[in-house]
Amino acid sequence: MSTATSGSSRPTTFVLGGLSSISAKLLMALTGTGLLIFVAAHMLGNLQIYLGQDKLNAYAKFLKGMPLLLWSARAGLIATFGLHLGLAVYLRRQNRRARPQGYVVDDPVETSLASRTMLTSGLVIFAFLVYHLLHFTLGVTNPATHSLTDAAGRHDVYSMVVLSFRNIYVSGAYIIAMLFLGLHLSHATSSIFQTFGLTGNASRGWYQKLGWAVAAILMIGNISIPVAVLTGMLGLPEGVAQP
Amino acid sequence: MKLTLNIWRQQGPNDTGQIVSYPAKDLSPDMSILEMLDKLNEELIAAGEEPVVFDHDCREGICGSCSMVINGVPHGPQKASTTCQTFLRSFQDGENIYLEPFRATAFPVVRDLMVDRSAFDRIIQAGGYVSANTGGAADGNALPIAQQTAEDAMDAAACIGCGACVAACKNASAMLFTAAKVSHLATLPQGQVERSERARNMVAQMDEEMFGSCTNQGACSAVCPKEISLDWIAKLNREHIRSRVAVST
Repeated sequence: MSTATSGSSRPTTFVLGGLSSISAKLLMALTGTGLLIFVAAHMLGNLQIYLGQDKLNAYAKFLKGMPLLLWSARAGLIATFGLHLGLAVYLRRQNRRARPQGYVVDDPVETSLASRTMLTSGLVIFAFLVYHLLHFTLGVTNPATHSLTDAAGRHDVYSMVVLSFRNIYVSGAYIIAMLFLGLHLSHATSSIFQTFGLTGNASRGWYQKLGWAVAAILMIGNISIPVAVLTGMLGLPEGVAQP
Repeated sequence: MKLTLNIWRQQGPNDTGQIVSYPAKDLSPDMSILEMLDKLNEELIAAGEEPVVFDHDCREGICGSCSMVINGVPHGPQKASTTCQTFLRSFQDGENIYLEPFRATAFPVVRDLMVDRSAFDRIIQAGGYVSANTGGAADGNALPIAQQTAEDAMDAAACIGCGACVAACKNASAMLFTAAKVSHLATLPQGQVERSERARNMVAQMDEEMFGSCTNQGACSAVCPKEISLDWIAKLNREHIRSRVAVST
């Protein structure tokens, strides 16, 4: 099947320090799994807002009460996220170089929108994450809501969330970001199983459905909070005034 | 029937190339794409123009030579078939058809629709074989192989190395091809001795040739004339993990 090669003009190998493309993919899947578990745990923690101010603030105090564990987890998350993002950019660069010239007419048979836009959705999530940390963790964007304390003298996370989400632009940004997260996870979740080699012909369809279910649950669970605030289902506790 | 053919014309590997349109008439719906190109080339030669260069060999769907992308899909719209088995009855009378070469750094364009797919040969050379010591040929049935194992190995071995998987993949990844070739031998007892070494070397060669990486999208399998399953990519991932942790190679 071969004809004369034009090998001399081709760029030399572009493999990162002996890391094969499959190993890079395995690392993507591994870090992605870690991030997926975090996102799920984060949502479960946040859903305690439906249990009321006391429960949520107590949960926040509980987390803050373990500084060593908290900071180890944060360091691990930053490293995992950094590796996931770095590998994504590295792999995309490789893939661009594998096809520098596209087709005049291109029909993306079979592929899903989510699978074709993983880097875009990932970068939107990254931008959202920066905003999210500035907003709730560091209290840079809405300092007035970040300094409240409840009757027990704890950091009033509940009122901070409710007051923040009463702003339609803040809620809108969170809801849109979660739509991108859902899109990302709908391909990511099933992709993890395929990359780890756990899928077979019979199970691939099921893993795809599992991926959609995971994405839908995480997306809807997170979106429900700003929606509940905007619709008035989640209100401010006694004694907290709208600033 | 009549068609407008928009064909990628490129003088050589270093030419930029462009789409050139040719009105084609008096075509039969029972012509294959290749027969249509034969007819066009006869007309071009008669008119003193350069004929369109394209790869072809068996013209019965088993050699995998007839590489081209038809309206954005390798080997055209018909499922599980090669270009030579794609007939004009798959298209509407008067339709615009775009014919382009496979696009990948690893498959440089030689001329017009013809690309150099010897990168696949080098992946095979890196480990797609079973070493046989010299001596008398082994008895046919001396090595029993379960029916299901033989069937599975044959499913992977059905790959004809046409390169459509690479052409369809948005990353120009050769994972489906490499997966089929690694798995075919990894499934059979004869392939066990060199199993880890084979997976390692063939994947290394695949990367060396500058194919992209797999993002689990499935375009490769969807356009594959032999319907090689994505299962084999999962299998290659397992073989790759195995080759990294296996002590006995």
